[in-house]
Amino acid sequence: MEDRVSVSEPARQLIEELKAAHGPIMFHLSGGCCDGSAPMCFQVGEFKLGGVDEKVGEIAGCEFWMAREQFKLWAHTKWMVDVVPGRGASFSLEAPLNKRFLIRSDLCAA
Amino acid sequence: MSSAQVRPSAAPSHPGPIHESGSFAAHVKTLERTIPLHARYENFIGGEWVAPLKGGYFENISPTTGQVICKIARSQAEDVERAVDAAHAAAPAWGRTAVAERARVLNRIADRMEQYLPFLAAVETYDNGKPIRETNLADMPLAVDHFRYFASCVRAQEGSLGELDDDTVAYHYHEPLGVVGQIIPWNFPILMAAWKLAPALAAGNAVIIKPAEQTPMSLLVFAELVQDLLPPGVLNIVNGFGLEAGKPLASNPRIAKIAFTGETTTGRLIMQYASENIIPVTLELGGKSPNIFFADVMREEDDFVDKALEGFAMFALNQGEVCTCPSRALVQRSIYDRFMERAVKRVEKIRQGDPYDMSTQIGAQASNDQYEKILSYFDIGRKEGAKVLTGGVANKLSGDLAGGYYIKPTVFEGHNKMRVFQEEIFGPVVSATVFDTQEQALEIANDTLYGLGAGIWTRDLNTAYRFGRGIKAGRVWTNCYHAYPAHAAFGGYKKSGIGRETHKMMLDHYQQTKNVLVSYGTKALGFF
Repeated sequence: MEDRVSVSEPARQLIEELKAAHGPIMFHLSGGCCDGSAPMCFQVGEFKLGGVDEKVGEIAGCEFWMAREQFKLWAHTKWMVDVVPGRGASFSLEAPLNKRFLIRSDLCAA
Repeated sequence: MSSAQVRPSAAPSHPGPIHESGSFAAHVKTLERTIPLHARYENFIGGEWVAPLKGGYFENISPTTGQVICKIARSQAEDVERAVDAAHAAAPAWGRTAVAERARVLNRIADRMEQYLPFLAAVETYDNGKPIRETNLADMPLAVDHFRYFASCVRAQEGSLGELDDDTVAYHYHEPLGVVGQIIPWNFPILMAAWKLAPALAAGNAVIIKPAEQTPMSLLVFAELVQDLLPPGVLNIVNGFGLEAGKPLASNPRIAKIAFTGETTTGRLIMQYASENIIPVTLELGGKSPNIFFADVMREEDDFVDKALEGFAMFALNQGEVCTCPSRALVQRSIYDRFMERAVKRVEKIRQGDPYDMSTQIGAQASNDQYEKILSYFDIGRKEGAKVLTGGVANKLSGDLAGGYYIKPTVFEGHNKMRVFQEEIFGPVVSATVFDTQEQALEIANDTLYGLGAGIWTRDLNTAYRFGRGIKAGRVWTNCYHAYPAHAAFGGYKKSGIGRETHKMMLDHYQQTKNVLVSYGTKALGFF
């Protein structure tokens, strides 16, 4: 089965950089305003997952999670985690590097 | 731009040099006649401009041009601690200061802002990218009014007493929380700061506020303008990134409350930090606000139709970077084609261009990552089968502005299960769909994870009332949109957050209730 979440090569490199600097990391997809609908990258344990969350994939050895209610609305699509120059006002680990993870979406095969 | 790194200690009024060229230069020249802008901004702690203890800085980019406009202190935990120390030193005296005096300080801040209003507006445009028309006519006047409003509220606030029986009285006093933390967003940097600072300061708290790292400059310029008006340590501004500066603030055991505006994952993270210290949290986390147009809107050809069409186009206000952006348009089937034809024409008349031109109606997105995110939604929207009625592309401007982040106002047509209908894009993008019955309209309106804002357009009072009450959102604009008066509560249902902003009820979010229960009787109860 095709993976729902994939990763671009520049994003994979950034993830490796972040792992080297911070140890094991994970992603949680955000919703809502400002920097919402973007992947947030944290050290494992920083963000407390709960029963409302669902693991939707793994990229570069990192778990990718999102809220189950939000997943229902995204379920017909698949996502590539990419990176662009920028700086989300978030707690995501890459922000100080002037880079920002970004989701690029496509439809799942019917 | 002045290279001075030492701050003037009093409110400055001297001119300074300039940088840059073209229309941008003329704009900056005007700015610098009022007050010099600095190449580097430190933290504002304890009434002084303090370099970050580890000495790091980050570059602040103007989204109007994509160019670096200054450097900003990149703070760490020790800088936050310093600010918390300063706030604790100031909080007891500020909390005991007579409300008349606190109100006077707030009023003086408002007066100072008003005195420098075009200047502050210009700095905000420089830092955030929004058109100068908006910063002059909306952001700054609203921010000024917010300080005046809470100056009034706190003077009119009273405790209460309950006469429990002939001998016993329950007195309720409002007391400040003490030292509070605030983390603000980048879409209305000064206005969102005013929304949080005015009630917190009025209520007698000392504040540590962290501006967003995309737009840190304008609040620092604001602080430079008003620093002589506030006792040292009452207002502290610490800059930096989320995990480096935001976490030490939000998780600090010496703050009594944390307020945050942003997205849901960080909102949860903030709550998790607050749970460690058992302190209250207020959160404003955005929405996907429906704007509903009933058939009777077009029953007459009059001013109201025109107003409703403007209401449709309101999604483009502030480049769509508004938590309450009316980003879903629900239009009744019998008028759908006629209404949408005119609505799209209205949108196509929106003037995008030089943010420093007073006739420009939409400026630059606040950052490159936002710009890229919006473009990624154009892509998935098309893939899902949404039809682009207008826009759907970036807008490349020329000259100085060629490197800026401009997006054309965009109207999608589709259905409510599409991702462009369910996710906050935070760009000048509206997704339109059709409904037949009122029941269907309500179902679509509430079929979202969020509940911050909504708009209803109808000539029928009963429909307006039923929908106003039926929509699960904190603010239902009825025959209007995007009005933000201080004396109207703003906040979210569902995943849009916790608590309210604006309105005098905000004082409660920054106060403790002290109950003193007094017996005036002299006889023992007889229990023991």
